[in-house]
Amino acid sequence: MRDGPVDSATTSTEVPGANARTMILGGNLSFATALRCKECGKLYPVQALHVCEFCFGPLEVDYDYEAIGASISRESIAKGPLSIWRYKDLLPVEGTSYVDLGAGYTPLVKAERLGKYLGLNDLWIKNDTLNPTGSFKDRVVSVALTKAKELGLSVAACASTGNLANSVAAHAVAAGMESYVFIPADLEVAKVITTTVYGGNVIAIDGNYDDVNRLCSEITSEEPNWAFANVNVRSYYSEGSKTLAFEVAEQLGWQIPDHVVVPIGSGSQLTKIHKGFSELRKVGLINDAKTVRISGAQPLGCSPVASAFVEGHDFVRPVKPSTIAKSLAIGNPADGVYALDVVRSTGGSIAAVSDEQILEAIRLLASTEGIFAETAGGVTLAVLMELVSAGKIDKDERTVVYITGNGLKTVEALAPTSKVSDTIPPSLDAFMEFLRKKRSNVLEGVK
Amino acid sequence: MSVVVRVPAQLRSLTGGVGEVKVEASGSLKDTLDEMFLKYPDLKARILDDSGALRRFVNIFVSDEDIRFQEGLDTKVSDGQVISIVPAVAGG
Repeated sequence: MRDGPVDSATTSTEVPGANARTMILGGNLSFATALRCKECGKLYPVQALHVCEFCFGPLEVDYDYEAIGASISRESIAKGPLSIWRYKDLLPVEGTSYVDLGAGYTPLVKAERLGKYLGLNDLWIKNDTLNPTGSFKDRVVSVALTKAKELGLSVAACASTGNLANSVAAHAVAAGMESYVFIPADLEVAKVITTTVYGGNVIAIDGNYDDVNRLCSEITSEEPNWAFANVNVRSYYSEGSKTLAFEVAEQLGWQIPDHVVVPIGSGSQLTKIHKGFSELRKVGLINDAKTVRISGAQPLGCSPVASAFVEGHDFVRPVKPSTIAKSLAIGNPADGVYALDVVRSTGGSIAAVSDEQILEAIRLLASTEGIFAETAGGVTLAVLMELVSAGKIDKDERTVVYITGNGLKTVEALAPTSKVSDTIPPSLDAFMEFLRKKRSNVLEGVK
Repeated sequence: MSVVVRVPAQLRSLTGGVGEVKVEASGSLKDTLDEMFLKYPDLKARILDDSGALRRFVNIFVSDEDIRFQEGLDTKVSDGQVISIVPAVAGG
């Protein structure tokens, strides 16, 4: 039986049933105090709820930041594990029995060659392709299933465009949970294989992602003991994306970048990166008053948030997606309006790029920095290039681009234009002839 | 003619715990909802705003198709169709 909402005038530490800085065995602390409706402010206890029962607005985790500030320090974080769990005080879990495959603490790379190509002097890549299942989703799923187990939920589930499918299937194994993963039937082959290998239930739906999402929302009402990562435990799940901000700040020597570029699917990740940077100031880990500019990236074939931004709307009109960037093919983005708010309030921008631009950007990132991004990463870099062309990035701005998924998952997108340099017999003469021609061509090019 | 309206868990306290409500339909989705509100009056304010428009975070599907891609609340409903009321905040 779920607890109902409480009066919004109630202070968060007075929420009946809420875990107001709960001390549990072993001395672990949870600083999550309540769930708060982002629309009407109503408070709910820390349970498997994701929308307000009054206005259906999304529920956001509230924390006791004063208590966190007294507990956390740069030194305490440095002593933590090399994973998202080094920031445990700022995540909504109680114990230390994490569902953990090692998500997070991915490299922040100074992109010298790419920066030179683009004319940017202080460009960085947050390389989140290096997570256990190859995308940032491992961060959010690790938090979601840890919380799900704390809440006593027995089955892991999700609606996915692929990356989340991989991650839920893998983490469910680590959690000892049964899993049900729902995907659009036309998903990239690699994303299907890298989900089914974990042995859980994978159900392909004859429809697009928004159809899958709607179905999962309906199933949630019928199966209250399931933890749908991005439905009924979404409030906790999404908190995992804050670690993308925490890590960047820590890896920059506890400094906030001037500008970050983030892909937009549902818009959740972008809003949580913003929340993450804000929290670092709230708990005293960062004293710099600077506000990071946050820009968003969408594929042209699914750009409802970019369209709203360009047209000056404060609402997002749903679209039917048609893009190679399937992990961003969310036509009805749940956090689209909040992403708009964040981008506008921080002085950022949102742009959309074509499939051709996406492929070009994937190749550029690979050939300049040795990082192979999935199509969503191509979107993000291509939007950075658009912003540079439009004069919206100063060449000396410290800019971080979030590359959130591994290119091995979406090789089909590149297959039509991928070719070897030549095919030759296994003889030294043949190779020397190839080399002679190549060098000759280079010289011709020089002339 | 009649249709089935699926009610999400968040609203079932207003339907006596029932997840599917059979409603006599009379043409448009709006008319059908009005018919349902006669039986469950407290549902109205949760689904529609003061101007009678669909609330921002509520999605309605007629035969699994989002009404925003149809005629909104004027979408025609026909005998035997299933109408789903679904919280908009999910996914990603």
